[in-house]
Amino acid sequence: MHFEYKVEGGDFTNAGTTSSEVKKMLKQLGVNPSIVKRTVVALYEAEVNIVAHAYRGTIFVDLEENSVSIRLEDEGPGIPDIDKAMEQGFSTASPEVREMGFGAGMGLPNMKNNSDKLIVNSVVGKGTTVEIINYF
Amino acid sequence: MKIENINSLISGTIVEGGASIDKEVDCAFASDLMSDVLTLHTDKTVILITGLCNVQTIRTCEMSDIKIILFVRGKQVTEEMKELAEENEMTLLSTSFSLYRTAGLLYSAGLPGVY
Repeated sequence: MHFEYKVEGGDFTNAGTTSSEVKKMLKQLGVNPSIVKRTVVALYEAEVNIVAHAYRGTIFVDLEENSVSIRLEDEGPGIPDIDKAMEQGFSTASPEVREMGFGAGMGLPNMKNNSDKLIVNSVVGKGTTVEIINYF
Repeated sequence: MKIENINSLISGTIVEGGASIDKEVDCAFASDLMSDVLTLHTDKTVILITGLCNVQTIRTCEMSDIKIILFVRGKQVTEEMKELAEENEMTLLSTSFSLYRTAGLLYSAGLPGVY
């Protein structure tokens, strides 16, 4: 099964709606609750990152019999140093993002902790692609 | 500890999900940082005590499987937050007490922390 969702940068009111849809879908399919939680926590962190840092993005969800693959592609400033961004505590978030309870430099490390496979690619000035794969 | 006991200890108001007040809560976590809430690993029934009152508080709890949220310092819950909480079968409480006082009262009454 393949699904696509659009995400707008800066739209904090709707941040998380895709993660919510995916959570409902995985629950309906009877996926183990702890895998559902890991997947949607990683996805939500990534979705909030698009809203917080990018202009817009698309989330592609592919459900297979034994896995879920989620690819988040955004148009945005990109990440100059991915290793640095993966460090606990490193953040370039705006005050607005921090007011929403994020921007503490915990997102990417937490995405890694909640994914079986996490791939981050970025081109400065163009955008970032994040891929999260979890196995059932 | 039952939700109704928690509510009574902190002189609170049940803002949403009143039908669940006899539900048992195992432990509590207090934070205004949603990134921190998203790192919790527990199968227990958790109440989040927070001063951060916006729609992302509800979303964060939805993703973290937290069904009970207690807002401190009399923060006003919006209609949008209530709708989202109802959709996710959550209970929302509110108190005028501070985060420190709220956490202290509940801990003293026997409600342990997640960690």
